[in-house]
Amino acid sequence: MATSTSRYQYIACDADKCIGCQLCELACSYTKTGEFNVFRSRIRTVRAQEVLITAVACRTCEDAPCVTACPRAAMSQDPKTGIIRIDATLCDGCGWCIEACDFGAISINPETKLAEICDLCEDEPDGPQCVKWCPKDALTLTTPDQRSQQARRKLAIEEVLGPA
Amino acid sequence: MYGYSGRILHIDLTERKTWSEDKPEEWYKLYIGGVSMAARLLWENIEVGCDPLSPGNPICIAGGIFAGTPVPVGGKHGMASKSPLTGFIGDSLSGSWFSLALKRARWDGVVIHGQSDSWVNVFIDDDRVQFRDATKLLGLNTYETEEAIRDELGDDQVRSATIGPAGENLVLFANVTNDGRQAGRTGHGAVWGSKKLKALSIRGTHGVTVADPETLMKLSYDITQAAQGPHTAKYRIYGTATSVLKMDRMGLLPTRNFREGTFEHADLVSGEYMHEHNHVKTIACAQCPIACEQMCSVKDGPYAGAMTGIDYECLFANGPNCGISDIRTVIKLVDLCDRGGMDAMTNGVTVSWAMESFERGVFTKEDFKCKKYPEGFEPYFGNGEAAVTLTEMIRDREGIGDLLSKGTRLASRITDEERGTESYKWAMNIKGLENAGYDARALKTFALGLAVGTRGGCHNRSAAYDPDITGETDRFTVDETRGRVAGRSEEYAAVYDTLPLCKFIRRCFTGKADRAGAWPAIAKLINATTGWDFGYDEVDLIGVRAHTIKKAFNIREGWTRADDHLPYRWQHDPMTKGASAGYVVTDEELEYMKDLYYEYKGWTKEGLIPKSKLIELGMDDVAEEIGV
Repeated sequence: MATSTSRYQYIACDADKCIGCQLCELACSYTKTGEFNVFRSRIRTVRAQEVLITAVACRTCEDAPCVTACPRAAMSQDPKTGIIRIDATLCDGCGWCIEACDFGAISINPETKLAEICDLCEDEPDGPQCVKWCPKDALTLTTPDQRSQQARRKLAIEEVLGPA
Repeated sequence: MYGYSGRILHIDLTERKTWSEDKPEEWYKLYIGGVSMAARLLWENIEVGCDPLSPGNPICIAGGIFAGTPVPVGGKHGMASKSPLTGFIGDSLSGSWFSLALKRARWDGVVIHGQSDSWVNVFIDDDRVQFRDATKLLGLNTYETEEAIRDELGDDQVRSATIGPAGENLVLFANVTNDGRQAGRTGHGAVWGSKKLKALSIRGTHGVTVADPETLMKLSYDITQAAQGPHTAKYRIYGTATSVLKMDRMGLLPTRNFREGTFEHADLVSGEYMHEHNHVKTIACAQCPIACEQMCSVKDGPYAGAMTGIDYECLFANGPNCGISDIRTVIKLVDLCDRGGMDAMTNGVTVSWAMESFERGVFTKEDFKCKKYPEGFEPYFGNGEAAVTLTEMIRDREGIGDLLSKGTRLASRITDEERGTESYKWAMNIKGLENAGYDARALKTFALGLAVGTRGGCHNRSAAYDPDITGETDRFTVDETRGRVAGRSEEYAAVYDTLPLCKFIRRCFTGKADRAGAWPAIAKLINATTGWDFGYDEVDLIGVRAHTIKKAFNIREGWTRADDHLPYRWQHDPMTKGASAGYVVTDEELEYMKDLYYEYKGWTKEGLIPKSKLIELGMDDVAEEIGV
């Protein structure tokens, strides 16, 4: 069972709201590569069944398994933000990080054959572009703590007012 | 060239060979994409006069100018072949991931020729094409087929357009499904089945680049935001099924095979009722920020477990039009069609024809013997289980399902010849394509739009119900404006169908759906994508050319003025109830409006296109062949 115990922020997707439009992938790949290509997106939508749709990006795990797994010390984690950084001069595309990640959040660039991962758009003044583009506000930049607070609030409202 | 690769992929199933054809930029400026480019590819590649189910009828697929970019609702593709239902052009649109994969594989269009001698799944893997054995996919429904191919190829990024059992069985209104969306009408699935093409799969891995990405991102973002506002609320919340109650109030909701325009149980099959009782989730096509697909399920009763997206057209055809007031049965019927891979609209209208024929004594219980009911059954209006059984029989071409699998025009023709009956009088099709869910007896402009429509009884290619319903035109009478209104409406719709952009975005550019608001905004999107210099006039011409190439195709296949007709019922049997009771479209009205329409188009009185008109549009080679 995949778990994240992080105190860091990550991109979360509310599967009830996600419509599977892929605009997050197009916005991401453009921001990172200048091209529109879902294969180059660091967030990926998944349609596991007709009505089971969500999007997944890096969960910024604490003591991230991908960093531990990297045999060439190409990966490191920013202690303040939890963002995983990949040193392209050290990465050889072996894919151990992919195997270590329970979330499927790492992918291999089909051209350079090196690993790529979400960096929460730390260089973008208006934050993660996928969050900005999500037309249904399904994507949020959040922490596990904030997620549980939201869930509790939603539950409280539903118990008082009934389901929305 | 931005927005295009400049290449068309040709696949010959007979010889199992492929080749690439280069097209010049000027060709793309004329035909753009979607239904227009697909129709043009068909014009170039068909054996004129061929049987639609013969090897000479190619499957032509054309991508979209905006597919694979963030332009909202631009993830669509067009499909064209000669329709086995109508004998004229069959052109359809579908959307979602398949369209994006085609763009990333860097093919602007695909033309599939010939006929395979064994069942095949053609896999386009960027530049490589594989012919894969599809024997083990046979019998799988559309959803299962897509999943099985992804499993087999081990890649969930492979997108497939597939046929279901209906297409394998050559049901003439079978369709082609990708990602739960359909190239729905005119029987493409039967053409695929005739070629033994079970599926066309694509993996496209290349990035898409555009001429001015910064501008395109800004324009797209603003439209995406506008698409969350009031202009799309109808689609986002209830989907198009919310039209049921409105159509019922106006007396336009086809009921019991278009006998009446009002249904006493409309509230039980309304979008609002379904939203409350059956809605599961709202989903979108790829690249669409609106999301109109209302996934609905059946939770109890004999059809528990059925689930699919329900829109107004499928709902009217299989609900009120069959006299069925149990929404669970309607969901089951549409589910059967979607998974079986056939057009749910034509299915409902064909089942309703069978029901009326039964009630009138053309058919008896004996005629409805099948494995499930060896003694036969009685498909009177409102008999939901009969409709479900008939739909299964059509899909499998079992018993009378074989006759019904040919659609209402052919089924009534065969029946009337064999039995000396007159069932054509309630066969609700135009040019062989079953009608959409608006009764046109009291929508006179729309009646004209439907009669002259190049693909038959279709609400998507003519939007002329809009002025009639909004009151811009008097829907009960005809006047000299109607030729122009219907013509302009058709050309307007053709712009969207060609780019293609989903029409549900039409109010999100400026708040109004008119040309003055939308065309300049669309021109900006085209220019930022391609680097061209399009303005209002160029955008407007996209629709004119799209419509003209389809019309030219029909003329070359033998179209005459008499083919622009209406169903017998709309001309002879007035409705007795509701807000549209008492009206028919007389011969005099229809012929008068056709004259006006041909005149507006600049065509001859016989509806043929002058050479000069075609040359004016840059279609010189078409002028050579069919211009007068």
